Amino acid sequence: MTNTKTILPTEHCETCPAFTQLEQMGIKVGDFDRVVALAGNPNTGKSTLFNALTGLKQHTGNWPGKTVTRAEGGFEFNKLRYKLVDLPGTYSLLSASQDEEVARDFILFGQPNCTIVVTDATALERNLNLVMQVMEITENVVVAVNLMDEARRKGLEVDARSLSRDLGIPAIPVTARTGEGIHTLLGAVAEVIEGKVETKPLRVSGTPEFQKAVNELVPMIKQLAPGIPNARWLAIRLLDGDARVQKAITGGELEEIVSRQYQQDAQFSKKMSVEGRQ
Amino acid sequence: MENIQPNDVLAKAEFLRNNLSTGFRDEIVKSLYSEAEKIARRAVKTADNKKYDFDQTVDRLVTSPIVGLPIMVILLGLVIWLTVSGANVASEAIATILFSFGDLGKNFFNQIGAPWWLTGFLWDGVYLGLAWVISVMLPPMAIFFPAFTFLEDLGYLPRVAFNLDWMFKKSGAHGKQSLTMAMGFGCNAAGVVATRIIDSPRERLIAILTNNFVPCNGRFPTLIMLATVFVASAFPAALTSFVAAGTVVGVVLIGVAFTFVMSWALSRTFLKGEASAFTLELPPYRRPNFGRILYTSVIDRTIFILWRAIQTAAPAGAIIWLLANIPYGDVNLARAIADWLNPFGLLLGLDGVILLAYIIAIPANEIVVPTMMMMYMGAGMMIDGPSSNAAIFDLLVHGSGWTMLTAVNLMLFALLHNPCATTIMTIYKETKSWKWATISVVITLGLGFLVTFLTASVARLLGWT
Repeated sequence: MTNTKTILPTEHCETCPAFTQLEQMGIKVGDFDRVVALAGNPNTGKSTLFNALTGLKQHTGNWPGKTVTRAEGGFEFNKLRYKLVDLPGTYSLLSASQDEEVARDFILFGQPNCTIVVTDATALERNLNLVMQVMEITENVVVAVNLMDEARRKGLEVDARSLSRDLGIPAIPVTARTGEGIHTLLGAVAEVIEGKVETKPLRVSGTPEFQKAVNELVPMIKQLAPGIPNARWLAIRLLDGDARVQKAITGGELEEIVSRQYQQDAQFSKKMSVEGRQ
Repeated sequence: MENIQPNDVLAKAEFLRNNLSTGFRDEIVKSLYSEAEKIARRAVKTADNKKYDFDQTVDRLVTSPIVGLPIMVILLGLVIWLTVSGANVASEAIATILFSFGDLGKNFFNQIGAPWWLTGFLWDGVYLGLAWVISVMLPPMAIFFPAFTFLEDLGYLPRVAFNLDWMFKKSGAHGKQSLTMAMGFGCNAAGVVATRIIDSPRERLIAILTNNFVPCNGRFPTLIMLATVFVASAFPAALTSFVAAGTVVGVVLIGVAFTFVMSWALSRTFLKGEASAFTLELPPYRRPNFGRILYTSVIDRTIFILWRAIQTAAPAGAIIWLLANIPYGDVNLARAIADWLNPFGLLLGLDGVILLAYIIAIPANEIVVPTMMMMYMGAGMMIDGPSSNAAIFDLLVHGSGWTMLTAVNLMLFALLHNPCATTIMTIYKETKSWKWATISVVITLGLGFLVTFLTASVARLLGWT
C-alpha cells in the first residue's frame, strides 16, 4: 500500500499541545509500537472508526453483529505506529456467543496497550455496562462517545466531562463518520498509554462479603502469576465459576501473558525511555 | 505456600463461592446497572425531538404485523426487478462484445496456422468459459449488490429479523437466523460465518445447515436466466421483466419456506430443543454513505465473487473442451458421461448434461449454466456463442430438447442442491466437524433430488410434458 493518505487535523491546531498528525497505514502493521483495541456494543460504529483511522475499507453495515472476527489495521500518530484491532460488538464480557468470546479473549489475553470502548451517545446507559466491565479488566481504557451527530439530531446533550469524571477515565465525544473528535481521541489514547493521564477506573464492588472473598483470592492469583495486571478481575470471574478463565489458569495462559507483558515492557521502555513504569 | 498450583486457586475459589450467599451474582449485576444509570443520568440531557418520532413512525409501519411482511416482499421484488431488467440488456451487450472478440481470436489463430487443438483448447475452452461467466454474472451482481448494501446501510436488516422472528421461533430456531439468512443472499459461505452471532450451538447448527436454501449471488444469475428465457417468454414482451422478477421472487420464497421447514424438522429430530430468547436492537435509520456502498458492493462483493468464478471457469472450460474432444467409442467422453447420467437426469426432470455440469461446477455454482451451455454447444449443435435470449432459448429447446419442466426443475435444483465447495469448507471450519459438513451436503442434495423427482413425476402423471 503506497497510497497512504494524510488527514490534517480539523480542529483548532493552535490549542493542541503539539502538532498532531494522523497517517493511515492500511494493513501494513508489520512493525508497530503500540496495540489499541476497539471494543463496544454492537452497531456503535467500531468498524466505521476503524476505517477512519486506518484508511481500510472494512465492511460496515447498520445491523448489530456485523463483525464476527477481529480485523487488524495500522495508523501512525505523532510518529508512533499503532496496530488497531477491531473487535466484534458485545453487550457484556461474560461471554455467551463466539463473537463475544473473540472480543473478551483479546482484551484479556491479547494485552492491548489501550482499549477504546466505542459507545453510542444515544444509548449511553446501556453502553456503560460494557465500559464498566472493561474497566474491571484493565486500567488503560478510553471511552469514545460516538454518534454525536445522531445524539444532536435527537436533541440529546451529552456531557463527556461529567462522564469522564464519574468513570475515572477519559471520555471523548466523536463522530466517526465525519472524523469529528478523532484527533482528540488519539491524543487521549496516547496520554493514557504514556501515563501522562492517570486513570482511576470506577470499580463496582458488590457486597462486602463478596469483596472479602475477592480480597482473599487476589493474592493467590498474584502468587501464581506474578505481575499479572488484572488479578482482581480474574478473581471475580473465578468466584463466578467462569469456565474460560478456569481453563486459562490451568492451561498456562496466564504465565504466557506475564512473560509477554515483561517483554513488551522491556521493549517499550527501551523505545520510549519512559521511567517508573514496571 | 511458596509453590502455589493452579488447582489450589481453583479449589480456593470453589470453597469461597460455596460460602457466599446465593444471590451474590445478582447483587453485582444490580450494582453495575444502577451505577450505569446514575452516571448516564448525570451526563445526558434529553429534549423532545421530532426526528426520533419519525424513526418510530417508520418502524411501526415496516415492522407492523399486517403490512410488515408485504413491504418486505415488495422490497425484495423491487430489488430483483431492478436486477433482472437492468442485467438483461447489459448481459447481451457484454456477451456480444466478448463472443465477437473470441471469434477474432480464433480467426487470428487459424490464420497464423496454430494447431486446431490449441485454438480449440484456448478459444472454445478456456476463453469461452470466461466470457460466459463474465457476461452472465457481472451485470446482475453489479445491480443486486449495491441495492442490497443500500438496505443494509440504511438499517433495514434488523427490521427483517424482527418481522421473521416469530416464524423462526415456531420452527424452533433462533430469530437472528434471519440476519444470517439475509447474508446468505450475498454468499452462503459468508452466511455460515455470520452464524457466529447465534449463542446457542444447537440453533447455530440449524442456521448453518439451512443457510444454503437461500440462493446466493452465484446462483441468482442461473435463476434470472431461466426465469427470463423460459417463464417470461410465454408472456408479452412488455411484461417480461415483471414476470421474470416475479418468478425469481417466487423461487426465493420457496427457498425461505424450505428454510423454515428444515429448521422445524431439525429442531424436532437431530437438534431437539426450544428456541432461546434474545434482545434485538433496532438501530436508528442512518443515511447510507454512497461511496462506501459502491466500494463494498462493487469491490468487496462483485469483484471478489467474479474473480472466484473466473478462477474456476477457466479450468472448467478447459475440462469441458477436453471431455468434448476426447473420443470415446463412437462419441466423445462428455457425451458418453452425459448419456450414462441421462436416465437418472430424466427421472428428475433434468438431463445428463445438466447433472454433468453440476458435477464439474462443484467448486463454484456460478459456472453451472455456462458449463451446461458449452457442453450443449460442444456436442456440435451450435457453433457460435448464443448471445441473445432468443438464441439461448433456441439452443436449449430445439437443440437440446428442453421443456418447461426442465427449466422449472433446474430452478428448483439450483435452489436446493449441495453447497459449493467453499461453503462446505466453511461449514467444516465453523463446526470443526466433517460430520456436519457431510450432513449439510446430504440434506440439501437429498432434498434437491426428492423435490425434482416429485415435480417431474407429478408433471408426467398429469401429462404436462
